[in-house]
Order: sequence, then C-alpha cells, then structure tokens
Amino acid sequence: MTAVITEKGLPAAPADGGRKSPPPRRKRRGRRERAFDEVPRWQIYLPLGLYLLFTLVPFYWMLLFSLRPAGSTSLVPWPVTFDHFEKVWNERSFSVFFQNSALIGVFTLICTTGVALAGGYALARFDFRIKQGFMLALLCSQFIPGALMLVPLFQIFKNLSLINSPLSVVIAETVFQLPLSIILISGFIKNVPYSLEEAAWVDGCSRFQAFRIVVLPMLRPGLIAVGSFAFVHSWNHFLFALMFLMDQDKQTIPVGLSTLIGADSVDFGALAAGGVISAVPVVIVFAFIQKWLITGFSAGAVKG
Amino acid sequence: MASAVAQDSPGAPPPRTPGKKPGRRTGATPRRLPYLLIAPAGLLMLGFIAYPMLSVFYYSLQNYNVTKPWRNGFAGFDNFRRIFTDDPLFWDSLVFSGKWVVTEVTLQLALGLVLALLVNQTFVGRAAARALVFSPWAVSGVLTTTIWLLLYNPSTGVGRYLADAGIGEYGSSVLSDTGTVFWAAVLAELWRGVPFFAILILADLQSIPGDLYEAASVDGANRFRQFFHITLPHLRDAIILSTLLRAVWEFNNVDLLLTLTEGGPAGVTTTLPLYVAVTGFEAHDFGYATALTTVAFAILLFCSILYLRLSKFGGDHK
Repeated sequence: MTAVITEKGLPAAPADGGRKSPPPRRKRRGRRERAFDEVPRWQIYLPLGLYLLFTLVPFYWMLLFSLRPAGSTSLVPWPVTFDHFEKVWNERSFSVFFQNSALIGVFTLICTTGVALAGGYALARFDFRIKQGFMLALLCSQFIPGALMLVPLFQIFKNLSLINSPLSVVIAETVFQLPLSIILISGFIKNVPYSLEEAAWVDGCSRFQAFRIVVLPMLRPGLIAVGSFAFVHSWNHFLFALMFLMDQDKQTIPVGLSTLIGADSVDFGALAAGGVISAVPVVIVFAFIQKWLITGFSAGAVKG
Repeated sequence: MASAVAQDSPGAPPPRTPGKKPGRRTGATPRRLPYLLIAPAGLLMLGFIAYPMLSVFYYSLQNYNVTKPWRNGFAGFDNFRRIFTDDPLFWDSLVFSGKWVVTEVTLQLALGLVLALLVNQTFVGRAAARALVFSPWAVSGVLTTTIWLLLYNPSTGVGRYLADAGIGEYGSSVLSDTGTVFWAAVLAELWRGVPFFAILILADLQSIPGDLYEAASVDGANRFRQFFHITLPHLRDAIILSTLLRAVWEFNNVDLLLTLTEGGPAGVTTTLPLYVAVTGFEAHDFGYATALTTVAFAILLFCSILYLRLSKFGGDHK
C-alpha cells in the first residue's frame, strides 16, 4: 500500500517543485532514449506530415468552396462571402433539417444512455441466469448489418404507423446503438468500486439513491463518451431517415445533403456550405470527446 | 421478456452479488432487479433486431411485391432459386462486395497501424496531431461524398489545379470512368476509415507495459524486432476483432457508395446491401429483397466464423 502511495506521489513532486526542473529533465531523457532506440525525428514528422496533408486538404477544399464567391478559382477564400451559407440555410431549408437532426440526435442520446445505463448496471453488479446469454446477444448483434434490416424494419414501422414519424428513426438508431453502449457502460460501472455503494447503503441510502449519489457522478466521463457516440452516429446516419421519413420537412441533414448532391446542376458553393453546416456539431463533439475515445477504449471496455 | 419472467420463478436461487451481501432495504426485491434493468434493452432488441431477423426468413419464402399484390403468396424456395441461377446482378454485387471489403479493411488496417505507431511516439505537437489525424472518424458517409465530389470533379477538383500548374492533364471525372471509379471510392472511404483503426490500435498500444520494451532493448533487440516480437503479438486479438467488425461495417456501408457513385457507372460499384436496398425500395420487391438479405446473412456468418477459426482468435499465443 505504501508503495502505491509513493509511486503516485513521485511524479507530482517535481511538477510542484518549481518551473525550472522540467525542461532539463526532458532534455536528458530524450538524449538517453535516442542513444538506445529513439526514432529519428524525421521518421515521425515526414510520414505524419504527408498523412496530415491527406487528412486536411479535403477539409480545406470544402471550406474553400463554402467561403469563396461562386465562379472564383482562387485557392484562398478571399474575399470571404457567406452567401452560400445563407442560401443553404434559408432556401434549401437546412435550418429545418438542422432542427430535425438535432431533435432526433438528442432523443437518441437520451434513450440510448438511459436504457444502456440500466442494462449496464445489471451486467456490472449482478449475477443472473440469463446474463451470459444476454452478453452473447449483445456481442452477436454487433455483426448484424443494419442496412440489411431496412426492409423488415420498414414493415414493422408501417404496422406501428410510425413511418414518417421521427420516432421511428429514434427507435432504430437507439436499438443499433444499444449493444455497444451497454458493453461500454457496464465496463465503466465495473471501474467504480462496489464498496462505495455498500458504504452508502450502510448510511441509509436505498440502492437507487446510492446509485444516484455515489455511482452516477463517477460515471460522468463515460456517460459523456457514450452519449456523444450515440449523438454523432444518429447525426451522421443517412439510411434510416431516408427510408422511414417521407416528407421533405421532416428530413435530416444527411438526406438534405444528398439532395444537394443529386441536384441536376450541382451548386458547389451551396453543397460545400451544407457540408460545413453538417460538420460543425460533430466537430465540436469530437473535440470534446477525443481524449475519451482512446482512454475509454483502453480501459478494456471493448475487450469485455 | 417471457423467458425472463420464467427464469424468475420462486425456485430460482438468489442471485449472487459479487462477493458481498446485497442491500436489503431496496424497494424492488434484488432478485427481480437485474431482469427489470435489462428489460428495456432486451425488449427493444427483441422487437427491432430479433423479430425483424425472423421476419426476413419468413418473407424470403414469399412472393411479396407491393406493386404486384395479385402475385403475393407462398413461394417456397423460388426466390433463392432465382438468386443462384438467374440473377447475374447478385453475383456481380457479391464479387464487388468482397473486393470492396477486402481492399478497404486491408488498407485501413495497414495505414491505421502505421498511424497509431506514429502518434504513439513522443514528439512536439502530438496532441494536436492526434486530434487532426483522427478527425475524419466523426464524419458521415454523405459528408465524405460531399467533400470528395468537390475534390474529384474535373472543374472544381484538385486535378484541375494540378493541371493548371503543369502537373498531369485535364481529365474527365474519375467517378464516371469504370476503370478508376473503384479506387476513387476506395480512397474516399480510406480517408474516413483509417482513423477508426488508428484509434483502436493506439488504445491497445498504450496498454503494453513499457518495461517490455526496456527489457528488449537491454537485450539488444532493435526496433523492428521489438515490433514483431512485442507489439504485434500484443495487438493480435484487437486486430482480429477490429478487422472483423470493420469488415461487417464496410460490407454494410451503403451511405457512401449510394451517394458517391449510386452504384454506378454501369453498376460496377453496387455492393450486395446496396442491391438489396434498391430491390426493396425502388423495385418494391420485398420478397426477393429479403431472400437476398438471408443469403447475405448466411455469407457474412460463414465468413465471420471462418475468419475467427483461421485466425485462432483468443488462442494461447503470447
């Protein structure tokens, strides 16, 4: 036990010890590692730079077309114009699509995290008879292609008279998000020590109160990650909305984009502006959860 | 749900909570609690995954076409006979699906592995490089299409500017040429797909204990030997699982191809799921579409099991 404390204490000590100490330390460590097997800098920066070019040029191209006037061939968006955005937002009803997508995304987020929280808690904290079977069903459902389920799902929603209702899209998105979300959340709950909950019971909390007061606050980062996953997926997903929603004014952003693509004479400025609008919320969410992606996965949650 | 209730009969032994005694002051009896908790998820999955799957099998044995209701009825194995003996489009789309999945997954894995190894090094600007390099992960299929249409279009694309500068020549659209369209689509999907592998592999790389490398380098193993003897064996299971998941995902990927190429030109980029969607929703031939779905399921299942067997997933290899 003492060993753990000192090990945890060690890295903190030099950081607190003043601003002078870190730079020389890093220098010395760098030299020592390079003597053994440190990768030469150019072997990192050159391939990474090339790959960054491959990643960023497409993004830049879209920004360029959305910001420069129609007909311009300049490679820098100057003078900047917001005409394309105005056109897409008002004339091509992206304002409506944006609201629809946001609504469906938020409801999917709430349903997915709520249902997955319950299921994940059961998997993390109880042994019950059908637990193994349930786990297996969750894993197997990962291998079912959603695109192949379109026809039967359409039939079901037709029988429930949910075709052309956003609810059908919310249900479909939630269902296909659930398995991964449950697996992830049960992993996060397992990381919260059970003894904390028990201590709360001893103090007079009910199981639910203990969960709300003790477990839930500690799950916040995990829930943010899972919720963001659900939101981004439903925001990006194209087929369910395309197939289950009929009216133009109920459609979502990806379907709106696809109609811009399919137009007889494609207006590239408008198309690019639509693309930027569709990317903005996702980019914000991504910047927010980027760190969590890696730590969340390396928590071993994916491996079960 | 019915089974869950049956499982909860009075004769069932009380559930064990891990190691400790459960709290007794809860409202619901703890024995029923786990079943109540998984009920919403279980019901949703039964209703919208299991039931549709069963209905796929049912409809695949029917003639079911909304536009020709007089012909609807039991069809036996007619749909399947038609698939295997009388439908060149099925075979074409199946071959293209295979080509698409294998190309995408192989290239994404190779590039993702290199990328993960790169951003796992310590260097100045690592956090920013990671964020930028991973960013296409969050982009939708339709947005990928939007972006790459701009890049590929002969009048708006990169090719035109290169030609202006004297590199290459003014070409026609790579998307309307049956010879180039495959690689054009592959490149666009790579742009979006590589970060998935990079993120998963990076997560797994960080779980390798650093002292393994220290010990190896003390023993005189160079970087390549360290990679093949420490890194790769450690990543093995993660790679097998992520390639399999990704293969299903790429098989399933309709967004990009539907919007980028619409399965064309001349049908050369029609995958099996795309063919299913077109048969079901444009030709309204639900019976035949579900028969195609059943065949696709069977192929996927067979390939998944074969892959897991051949790769000896989870085997003792460390």
